[in-house]
Amino acid sequence: MASGPTTGTSTTGGPDLVETPGGAQPGPKPAGVVEREFTVAVRSQRQMILRRFLNHRLAVASLIIFIALLMGSLIGGRLWHYGFADRTGDYSQPPSLKHPMGTDDIGHDVMALVFRGAQKSVQIALLVALLSTTIGTLVGAVAGFYRGRADALLMRFVDLVLTVPSLAILAVLASVVGSKAGGWFFVAIVLAGITWAPISRVVRGVFLSLREKEYVEAARALGANDRRIIFRHLLPNALGAIIVNATIVVAVAILTETALSYLGVGVQRPDTSLGLLISDGQGAAQTRPWLFYFPGLVIILIALTVNFIGDGLRDAFDPTQTRVRA
Amino acid sequence: MSLVEVRGLKVHFPIRAGVIFERTVGAVRAVDGVDLDIDRGTTLGLVGESGCGKSTVGRALLRLEPATAGSVFFDGEDVFAKTGEELRRLRRRMQMVFQDPLSSLDPRQSIGSILAEPLRTHDVVAGPALDARVRELLDVVGLPTNAVSRFPHEFSGGQRQRVGIARAIALSPDLIIADEPVSALDVSIQAQVVNLLEELQQRLNLTYLVIAHDLAVVRHISETIAVMYLGVIVEVAPSDTLYDEPLHPYTIALLSAIPIPDPEVEDRRERLLLVGDLPSPANPPGGCRFHTRCPFRQPTRCHDEVPALRELRPGHQVFCHWAEEVAAGQITPTYAGSVPAAEA
Repeated sequence: MASGPTTGTSTTGGPDLVETPGGAQPGPKPAGVVEREFTVAVRSQRQMILRRFLNHRLAVASLIIFIALLMGSLIGGRLWHYGFADRTGDYSQPPSLKHPMGTDDIGHDVMALVFRGAQKSVQIALLVALLSTTIGTLVGAVAGFYRGRADALLMRFVDLVLTVPSLAILAVLASVVGSKAGGWFFVAIVLAGITWAPISRVVRGVFLSLREKEYVEAARALGANDRRIIFRHLLPNALGAIIVNATIVVAVAILTETALSYLGVGVQRPDTSLGLLISDGQGAAQTRPWLFYFPGLVIILIALTVNFIGDGLRDAFDPTQTRVRA
Repeated sequence: MSLVEVRGLKVHFPIRAGVIFERTVGAVRAVDGVDLDIDRGTTLGLVGESGCGKSTVGRALLRLEPATAGSVFFDGEDVFAKTGEELRRLRRRMQMVFQDPLSSLDPRQSIGSILAEPLRTHDVVAGPALDARVRELLDVVGLPTNAVSRFPHEFSGGQRQRVGIARAIALSPDLIIADEPVSALDVSIQAQVVNLLEELQQRLNLTYLVIAHDLAVVRHISETIAVMYLGVIVEVAPSDTLYDEPLHPYTIALLSAIPIPDPEVEDRRERLLLVGDLPSPANPPGGCRFHTRCPFRQPTRCHDEVPALRELRPGHQVFCHWAEEVAAGQITPTYAGSVPAAEA
């Protein structure tokens, strides 16, 4: 029945009799400028999003670490006195001053490899996240909003993508295109082709529930068309789920890329990626742990920071997050 | 001519069965033949218990629910014949106020953006004029101007409903359908919102269809009241007449459920209790729909003959074979249906 104020804030609990204009207004609105009030309000909404994000300490810290990691691998890779393809002549050396992360059995400096790998992996992961989220959101939105035949058709296709083992597809791709098409761009597209399906499922579910909301009906009664309802009402409210899924895809993409590389359609040697480094170092985890742990640490850092950034973004876009209103 | 004319409106929801090949095995007859007239500038109250189809009538009028049969004329225009752009233009003139003001406001939209939405979708005003109109709307419904940049969750229930009302009047409509406009609110707030609705009606010459189950609210706000039972209208009368001399047994029972604020009278008066539950609208009883629960049920006609909505007195229509006899006291309620209030 009647749902009371579910997010009862202390400032609005009293009866309407005591509605005092601006009495319980914690917002940053200046009182004087009446002419431009509305435009000021619109801008302050953007500022609110920024402020809410900046108040999310973990997210801000993560963003700083992530950017540092990215810049480090980009700039570090150039400044470091070994290239990722150089043979140093030191074989299977443990970390030392000369090789801070050690060397592998054919004489590559692991630090140079990690720089290069992180750069490639982040490149791939971000592109995959962007592509698969876009495709997944589009497909899910259409299926969830229009339902009926469009929904059935799209979702059966999603089932197909989900059920056909992706490794089988990759193996076939590998044999068809061979190593010619290798390269990070191709890898990203292939990965996005797999990872969009679960996202579309989630977005469809969210849209199915949101489209029945009363405010959607209210918008329709006002005469809003489908496009307006989808972009102004449904998408913003589905943003939380979409962002969370996008951050998961980043981690998944980095790890799945390993399998691609293993099958020969991934990043091609001598170029490298974090996934490739991990799978190379796996057998050496006991005997030469530096081959395994350094790239692993970087993967964990990337996955964690991206997840926290996602959390921060989700909260920042949610106006009901009053926790950090200052 | 009335602003709104509803003729033979039916809204049936199909009941489907089967996993792969869906087939329709029946229908929930939410609204099953409703006629209504609403004059310009007046308020029609539509009352009835939960599930009688009153909300569906309102939603069907606005084309939020597809009607199965019947017609609705709005200011002489056939509402059900409109499509696309014509329908959108018509919607400018018919707006809705929803029951739950929190769920009918998009949590991600600021109040300013919510109020600007109808104006933007219909390209009524833009730029500085839009801002001015939004502020004006806030002022009209008694909200502070600085509400513009705030979000629905920051307001109380009554304030949210004011936002909902402001959104409904933004396009200066002729008709507002208010679906339980105050039932989600505190009793102390209800009066304010009802007063606001009345004030706006006078100021903007609005026509209301107020859907409610609270008889006191409806009596206060409406000129005419229609009582609905199981998808049909059983009685229509000017509001005071309806309360003073109800003619349909269902209305009589409904009104006798209102306690009288005097313990002596309340103790002695006879209450007319309805036995049983509302029958399933998927399989409504034949004849008079009310005969399964009617305390005045007669052995003949009631269960085999569908009554007509007859105009017994000017402006007072009743959907009962025996209304005259009931009114004259020639038929008394059966024992099972009538229990003294003290025992109940």
